[in-house]
Amino acid sequence: MTTRQVGEPVQRREDPRLLTGNGRYLDDLGLGALQAAFVRSPHAHARIVDIDIDDAWELDGVEAVYTWEDLDGRVGEPLPVLIPHPALTHPRTGYCLAKSEVNHVGEAVVMVVARDRYVAEDACGRIQVTYETLKPVVGLENARAAERLVHDDAPGNVAANLLQEVGDVDTAMAAAPNTLTLELEIERSACMPMEGKGVYARWDADDASLRLYSSTQTSTGVRAAVAAKLEMPLAKVEVVTPDVGGGFGVKIMHPWPEEVLVPWAARRLGRDVKWTEDRREHFVSSAHERGQLQEVTVGFDDDGRLLALDVRFWHDNGAYTPYGIIVPIITATQLLGPYKPGAYRVEFWSLYTNTVLVTPYRGAGRPQGCYAMERTMDAIAAHLGLDRTEVRSRNFIQPDEMPYDHGLMFQDGRPLKYDSGDFPASLAKLKDLVGWDDFAAYREQAAREGRKVGLGIGCYVEGTGVGPYEGGHVQVETNGRVNVATGLTTQGQGHQTVLAQIVADQLGVRLEDVHVTTGDTRRMAYAVGTFASRGAVMSGNAVALAAKVVRDKALRIAADALEVSPDDLEITDGVISVKGAPGTSIDLKTIAVMSNPLRYAFDTAAQAATQFSGAFDPDKPPVADDDEPGLEGQDFYSPTQATFANGMHAAVVETDPVTAEIRILRYCVIHDCGVMVNPMIVEGQVHGGVAQGVGGALYERMVYDEGGQLLNASFMDFLVPYASEVPHVETDHLETPSPLNPLGLKGAGEAGTIPVTAVIASAVEDAEGFPIRSMPISPAELWELRRQHSSVPAALEGAS
Amino acid sequence: MKPAPFVHHAPRTLEEAVAVLGDVGHDGKVLAGGQSLIPLLSMRLASPAHLVDVNGVAGLDTVEVADTHVRVGALVRHAGLERHEGAAAALPLLRQAVRNVAHPAIRTRGTTVGSIAHADPSGEMPAVTVLTDGVVEAAGPRGRREIAAADFFTGPLETTLAEDELVVAVRFGRLPAGTRTGFVESARRSGDYALAGVALAVGLDGEVVTSARASFVSVTPVPDVLDLGPALAGRSARDLPLDDVVELVRSHVDPESDIHAPADYRRMLAAELTRRVLTTTTTPTEGAA
Repeated sequence: MTTRQVGEPVQRREDPRLLTGNGRYLDDLGLGALQAAFVRSPHAHARIVDIDIDDAWELDGVEAVYTWEDLDGRVGEPLPVLIPHPALTHPRTGYCLAKSEVNHVGEAVVMVVARDRYVAEDACGRIQVTYETLKPVVGLENARAAERLVHDDAPGNVAANLLQEVGDVDTAMAAAPNTLTLELEIERSACMPMEGKGVYARWDADDASLRLYSSTQTSTGVRAAVAAKLEMPLAKVEVVTPDVGGGFGVKIMHPWPEEVLVPWAARRLGRDVKWTEDRREHFVSSAHERGQLQEVTVGFDDDGRLLALDVRFWHDNGAYTPYGIIVPIITATQLLGPYKPGAYRVEFWSLYTNTVLVTPYRGAGRPQGCYAMERTMDAIAAHLGLDRTEVRSRNFIQPDEMPYDHGLMFQDGRPLKYDSGDFPASLAKLKDLVGWDDFAAYREQAAREGRKVGLGIGCYVEGTGVGPYEGGHVQVETNGRVNVATGLTTQGQGHQTVLAQIVADQLGVRLEDVHVTTGDTRRMAYAVGTFASRGAVMSGNAVALAAKVVRDKALRIAADALEVSPDDLEITDGVISVKGAPGTSIDLKTIAVMSNPLRYAFDTAAQAATQFSGAFDPDKPPVADDDEPGLEGQDFYSPTQATFANGMHAAVVETDPVTAEIRILRYCVIHDCGVMVNPMIVEGQVHGGVAQGVGGALYERMVYDEGGQLLNASFMDFLVPYASEVPHVETDHLETPSPLNPLGLKGAGEAGTIPVTAVIASAVEDAEGFPIRSMPISPAELWELRRQHSSVPAALEGAS
Repeated sequence: MKPAPFVHHAPRTLEEAVAVLGDVGHDGKVLAGGQSLIPLLSMRLASPAHLVDVNGVAGLDTVEVADTHVRVGALVRHAGLERHEGAAAALPLLRQAVRNVAHPAIRTRGTTVGSIAHADPSGEMPAVTVLTDGVVEAAGPRGRREIAAADFFTGPLETTLAEDELVVAVRFGRLPAGTRTGFVESARRSGDYALAGVALAVGLDGEVVTSARASFVSVTPVPDVLDLGPALAGRSARDLPLDDVVELVRSHVDPESDIHAPADYRRMLAAELTRRVLTTTTTPTEGAA
């Protein structure tokens, strides 16, 4: 009997290749291609007066220099608003190359194509762009004040304003015995994949076709966008994702200007053209996230139960809105976490600033929402003198209330309806894991040693696996190799492993015989992409459905050959046998031969198959009317709604009594993503997510000066945590299956990141005894807060 | 992030290197470990027309331990110095400090002498150079000369080295018997440029302090020595006037604000780190020179 693969911590099959330097990333391709570089705006807000490119042409090796004037057809039109929304009343997008105005430092103005990147950058240095600078709008306060506008025709700098209300908040708030108002702030951060973006285009002039490689999270999306922009038949454009060195959201945004310009230049020049983003470009011309100002007013009874929750927040969407308002919509809805809010009203303003645009980054608005809700929970507990877990517990949605409909519209336009989850059980596990009830004693012990420690907590619910669909294609070759294709892309998550596990189980074959291809439009033309923690839910279920199609066909053919009922057959390790009669069997690969009537006996499998082919009916065609040749099948999974994963984190921090340095002593995670296909990979997702969360909580910020210059646009000054800054993560799991999909899966990709900022704020607050209302927090900021709260012990104050 | 064009020179002897520098030093840079220079080139913050790559020059890669000093050649990598047992025994401060230089990968390529010649105020080894009354050995078209550490550093990234001169070695002075040393720094992330750091050398006669000197990382425009002797000499290690030391450090350092911490935080940090390293260095278990 084959070991069941789903649920096993199978070693990642992609790792030997990736960890030994044998990955094949974008920049590993196209060694002979021309290379592109860009002149980017040094100003946050300016009009372009003149562009002088003459000196650049004098350099040997320069093949082309393009400005907006050169962009023909739809390439010269504004980039698309990918996800329109009725509330997005003033959407604005840039051009592939700035037309007459630049709206953030880093916006592309001139494209140079040259023999190599060195020459291209030399040429960029020779191009003179004359600007008439305009006063920029930097920071949410300035955007809100709207004394200056980013776009003249977007009054108030407002891209979108959306209000949702469930119940009567004003009445419930007025009747509440207790109310609190919190003003909260959360800074910008960014995905920062190790590999930046990159595009490599091969133009086949004879065939008038394009093959495009892009380091993207959606090859089908890029394909459709490029075909539209270049006004080409879809059939003449194929997009392939090579190995992708991380995405975390920034590569689901598409098309990036370079994804249009590079193939456009390749077609125009009749040459292969490549562009590999460097780190500085990534900082100033990709995307950021997270920046919000929030105002929460909450009404609650004397037991801490929520009666009314009134949230207003201001979301910094940067200079343009090509990805719509997905991020603030998610904040507005996912803020509720595992709680029943009473009457709920949420209103946001998505505001323009002269900074890099904002699109989803792992967590995608949820970290901000979780932060707002969890800060509020702690404030209620402090106000009433209750244990923080007790307040949370009293507001939980209970398991017997599932499915639970919040009465709101989620990011996918469908109801915000939780499918399952056991929040009291998760909290009990978390308290047990971190030793919640013993912490007071630990704190006293630490205090006797002159140490300050704090315990923090954060809970979240995450809508995962949003539709509309993904597909799976499964094919059994005559040598027994099983090829699986799905259209969404891989950035290192382990899809080659988990999708193979699912197919191995469904089809009854050995794991090592299953080979998974992702993100290649030649293999799967219909797909959405990898984001919203949807890979396992969507493509996992899709390949399972496709494997069932293949299994059914294999059993039908085998049943004919063995003259038994398909119901009496089973498939184990690629061998179909009669249940209870192991001697009567036929290999799956033989069925693959038999499934194709064009059967030249060029190998032993084909020879074997002929023994089973038996007598044929001369009145029937070799392929029946309702059949197809080959042992392969395809199916699509399309859910009615998202499935909601959840988790709870707790951290113990120590703050230095003098220097205010913050150290995470313990980090505990309870995680429930339904059925785990591969617990080791889930664990890795949680660890990686926590690492990025720690970055957002303690280290990372985008330091813009008032002129809109990003002062820390390098890995020297943008502080991604090293392994030395990431705590050991202690985990425990619940598996509450989703009732929504056949495999019972929920997404796990973003979970680890979501509550970390909230948890660390909670823990630092607990250690210090004064409220933390702005994150991330650095030692210098905590030190300054202590001075404001005059909480530094006199002896230590004197000492420093 | 590709460098502007430059001519790469690869001399094989010191004489050749000096000759090349004489020709192109006015528009050239010496390349040793490259851990500071190459990023500057790639970001086009510097675009010298010539790089004089001394990695192939023979005879510059040795650590020599003498009675009065430890001499570190221009091609000794931080990692090589870190692992050099003789150097660590003769002058423990070298290993105590060099361990704090960036990360292992950078220490494997970067040279100790290069970081001294680079004269970044946030460098650890310039602080050690001044604290040990080090001597910089330079070679140029006008011959060889020796520059005392106190005369070498003139400002952030500025030294008295001429543009056609090459640092051949740095001699770190060994400390008198009975001297204990310590080095501590604090960075936002492990291995980053320190927000503040301090190197300390304390002379002890039994439990009585005979001398105490400190130099700092990231909080003074050039590395210089703060003599804590007047405040500490004659005092018992069990009863040090730590508050006085804190005040002395606060008034000595002159940090600048940046995006990672304001000046007053760095001043506090330098003083607190000094207090801590003084306390640990004068406890009986720390290494003696």
